Formats: sequence, C-alpha cells, structure tokens
Amino acid sequence: MDLLTLLQLLDSTVRLATPLLLACLAGLFSERAGIFDIGLEGKMLAAAFLSAAIAYTTGNVWLGLLAGIGASLLLSAIHGVASITFRGNQLISGVAINFLAAGLTVVIAQSWFGQGGRTPQLAGAARFNPITLPFADSLREVPVIGPIYYELISGHTILVYVALLIVPLSWWVLYSTRFGLRLRAVGENPAAVDTAGVSVVGLRFAAVMICGVLCGLAGAYLATALQAGFTKDMSAGRGYIALAALIFAKWKPWPCLWATMLFGFLQALALRPDLIERTLGFNVQTQLLDALPYILTVVILAGFVGKAIPPRAGGEPYVKER
Amino acid sequence: MTLFTKFLGATAALALSAGAALADPAIIFDLGGKFDKSFNESAFNGANRWAEETGGKFAEVELQSDAQREQALRRFAESGANPIVMAGFSFATPLGDIAADYPDTKFVIIDAVVDAPNVKSVVFNEEQGSYLVGMLAAMASKTGTVSFVGGMDIPLIRKFACGYAEGAKAVNPDINVIANMTGTTPAAWNDPVKGTELTLAQKSQGSDVVFQAAGGTGVGVLQAAADNEMLGIGVDANQNYMHPGQILTSMLKRVDIAVYDAFIAGDAVEPGVASLGVAEDGVGYAMDENNKDLVTAEMQAKVEEAKASMADGSITVHDYMSDESCPALTF
Repeated sequence: MDLLTLLQLLDSTVRLATPLLLACLAGLFSERAGIFDIGLEGKMLAAAFLSAAIAYTTGNVWLGLLAGIGASLLLSAIHGVASITFRGNQLISGVAINFLAAGLTVVIAQSWFGQGGRTPQLAGAARFNPITLPFADSLREVPVIGPIYYELISGHTILVYVALLIVPLSWWVLYSTRFGLRLRAVGENPAAVDTAGVSVVGLRFAAVMICGVLCGLAGAYLATALQAGFTKDMSAGRGYIALAALIFAKWKPWPCLWATMLFGFLQALALRPDLIERTLGFNVQTQLLDALPYILTVVILAGFVGKAIPPRAGGEPYVKER
Repeated sequence: MTLFTKFLGATAALALSAGAALADPAIIFDLGGKFDKSFNESAFNGANRWAEETGGKFAEVELQSDAQREQALRRFAESGANPIVMAGFSFATPLGDIAADYPDTKFVIIDAVVDAPNVKSVVFNEEQGSYLVGMLAAMASKTGTVSFVGGMDIPLIRKFACGYAEGAKAVNPDINVIANMTGTTPAAWNDPVKGTELTLAQKSQGSDVVFQAAGGTGVGVLQAAADNEMLGIGVDANQNYMHPGQILTSMLKRVDIAVYDAFIAGDAVEPGVASLGVAEDGVGYAMDENNKDLVTAEMQAKVEEAKASMADGSITVHDYMSDESCPALTF
C-alpha cells in the first residue's frame, strides 16, 4: 500500500468517524450524568433534516446548523422531561425519540418540499464546503509531510475541526472543572450530590442539553457537509454505532476519539475490498468488516480487554428520599 | 365536541371513498412512497396517465411499514378493486400467501414472479438497460475504469451490475469495472453517506464514471460524482436533472408502462409472466437537454445499434438471476 492510498483511506476514516465522534461525545455527557440515551440516532436524524431544510430555504448553512441544533435540543428536552422530571424509563423514552424522528422527518419533508421525504439539493453557501488550510498548496510538494498535510489534515469541512477540538474541551470540562466533577458525581451517586446542596435535576438537564447540541452538530454534519441535503433515514444506524463506541471507550473522552477513529477506519476499510485483497493476499468478506465494531464491543463488554464499567447511577431516575 | 364531529366526518368520507373504489383498479406503492423521484413515482405516473386518458378512477395506498403489505392487499381485494397492481419485489411473499383466497381478483406484481393462476408478473430485463448505459460509460471514460454502486446486495441488483459490466466490456474489452454493494440489510437503500464514500473509494481506484442502483444511497453517489469531477449514471427514472451536465445518462425502467398496460387491460389482465426488455421499450437510457453535451452522436449511434441487435436477438445479455453467476464480473 503506497502512502497516497493510505492517506485516502485515512481521509475517508476522518469523514466517516466525525459523526460518530460527535454522537459519541454527546452520549458521553448524557451517560456520565446518569441518563442513558439511545435516542442519539433520532436526534441526529432530526438535526440532519432541519439543518438541510433551513439551509435550503435561507441559503445560509450557519442558520441551518442552528436550526439543526434546535431540533436536536427539542428532542433532548423531551427526553429530559420524560426521564428526569417524570422519572420515566430512559430506554423507552429514547426509543420513542428514534421512532418520532424517523417518522416526522419524512412526513414534514414531504409536506414542505414534496420530493418523497427528501430536501432539495443544497448548493454553494447552503452547505459546508471543504476548507483548505493555510500553506496546504505550497507545502504539497514537500515529501511525506506535504501529502499528509494536504490530503489528510487539510480539505475537511469546518465541522470536522470543531469535532476534534471538542475532544480536549470535553476532557477539560469533565475532569478539570467544578461542573464536570459534579456532572460525573451525579452519574455515580446522585444522593451525595443532592446532600451537598447541588441540584441533581439541573445538572442532569444541563448534561442532556449538551448532548442535544453535540447530536445537532453530528446531524448537521451528515446533511450539510458530507451530503448536500437530507434523505430519509440517512443517519443509517450511526447513533447506535456511536453508543457501541462509547462502551468501547469506557465512557472517557480521549478513548472516545480513538474508538470512533477505529470504527471509522474499519468502515473505510470495508469500502476498499481491493486493498485488503492486495495487502493480505486473500479476500475478506466486507460483511465481516462491517460487523467488526460490534464484535469488538461485545469482546470489551465480555471483559476480555479490561473492564467497561458504566456510570453507577446510569438509567435510574433519581428519587429524593421521602 | 367539534373535534369529535370532524373525526366522524373524516371516517364517513373514508368509508365513502372506499365504496367508490368498487371495480376500479388499485395500486399499492412500496415503502419509498409515491414521490420518490424513482421507481414508485414512475408507477404513479403510469396510473395517472391512465386516469387522465380514460377519465377513470383508481384506488391507491402508500405503505408505511412491511407489516401492512398483506393487510393492504386484502383490503383492496375485499373492496372489489380489480386489477390490483403492486410495485416492488417485496410483495412476492404476501401475494403468494393471499392470491388463492381471491380467485376472481387479478393481481399484477412488478419486479417479481409469483406463480398463481390469477397473477400477472411483470419483470424487466434490467440487464439490457444496464448493458446500454455500460456501453455509454465505457465510451465516456477517459481513465479506462468505470464503477458501480449497488444498494442492498440482492440478486436483482447484481443483475444491474452484471449487465453494466458486460456492456462496458463490449465497448472496451480491457476496461476495469469495479462493483461495490452498500450493505446486506434494507438500511443499505438509505445510506447516502456510505454511497459518497464508496464513490470516492472508487475514484481513488481510477474510476471516472459511476452507475448507481441504490435508491436513496444513490443520491450520495451522484452527489459525490458531481462534486469530484466524475460522471454519474442514474437509475429507474430519468435522474439527469439532478446534476445537469454531470450525469451521463439514466438507465430507465418503464414501470409506468407496466402499470398503464395493466390498468388498460382492467380485469382482463393475462396471468403469467411478462418480461419487458429493450424490444418492448421497457428499459432504455435517458437523453434530454441536461446530458446532450455529454453523449455525442457517435456514442448514441453505437448504443442504438446495440439496442437494435438486442431487439432482434443478435446480442443476448447474460441475466444474473438465471444462474446466479456473471461472466463479466466477479462479486
């Protein structure tokens, strides 16, 4: 495998991993605060739809992005009200959100645009275009570093760089701020946080809302950066893969990055059966590569590679002692 | 109270419209919905053409889930609709189950074969249409590599890929044809992101013309082709308008003709299997103002020649579904 092919493969990895990374970090905040969220998929889908719809009607992708985040926040709020305020079952609320988003996006898209549940194609300023980083063109001829910088690091849309910056930011927020300490505590032992006089409900809502913003970014990335418009069910299970990545990453920010990059790499590799055959000398079924992220997650869950310990209070609504 | 009355009114209106459907033809659209700009919309256009030309009325329903297939069939059959046309291979199993219960009703299924005395099965020779666009792809390609992106990996989609490869190799025996499938589950029809990445992966292997038979995933394929100086090829309906000047052509599958013919025949539909190929104008390639600069007169002449040879039988294109193998391509 030559350098250029490898770089193309890694380039594809970055594009495929970015929505997973954003969704994975979204799940991280929510689950670290003790709110399980299998509604990542639905929130991404809703954000993908509304970001594309608003970007198309206004011609401005930034307004689209805001609208996408808004849609995702709305669903987050529903999840919050159902599972925090009314102490409902978090899994059921998440499933409901997935169904709601899958159905509503298509119905609304059909009534607005009449194109069979799609939004019209976005063009120009209505979508995020790749940005060429400074010096990328002049450095291109430099051996090794040049192609790496030009092919791999430069030429992504701004949301990719934002997603990568959110990783250290999440790490800093969760591990170096008072808010982060309390957020983690509320996922482990909410009673202790309550005793200290800090609002459990407030913290959990804050976490769920952060989750909404990140899912909104992920959805908008799908519809306005990777694609030029919304098509029905376009998230195609990425919310669930992100959850698997979150378990794989043992609920920690930096491992989230590595896990989603690994999953993205496996997906990118599955797209190049010719490369695998050339490198290994035999043909590997692409279905096996598609299934690998899940197999790895099961291996981790079974305790073969370290232990994945979820936040202790995860999934349980907090009831103050009566 | 007023809301309640409204509901009552709506129910009454529904009941009335169901009554009016008596002995009219009916059509059931598949999950893509009737405005999918592709397969289902083509079926809808055929039904509409019949309604406009004859002034008749037809009953229709758009399915929302797989579970509704049998229910929709039974409801139409019991309301007396005849014939009942269904668009999509997924109806094969439910139709096989219920056809015997309604011996006086004629059913027409498109894209699948159901063996029953009151069922007409309409299948298309997609391999012939794919062959034609494969020829165009090979003639338009400058790199000597063309590619194919399929949706779900099922024999029907392999049939497209196989015909395409055969057509490309008929023009240029040394051409390299890359074929990828998006996945093995129905989600593969709706993953434009993966479609884009597959197209980019094919581009890095040298492909400069890509043919998609992948439903919603195909939107991502055509987008990637347009964004990266490749030529795309649409499928089922004429998709040339999606990226004018960047879509070489579209492989047409005239579902509308199949529906129109069935509606015209009414309850006198002939049971059995009908296959629509190039000779019947059931499949073909699309030419319009969006791609007239991409396809030269010379290219078109060559394709027309092949079309004539297919119609008179001097060229036969291998059908993947006949023996589950493809001489021109390995999967």
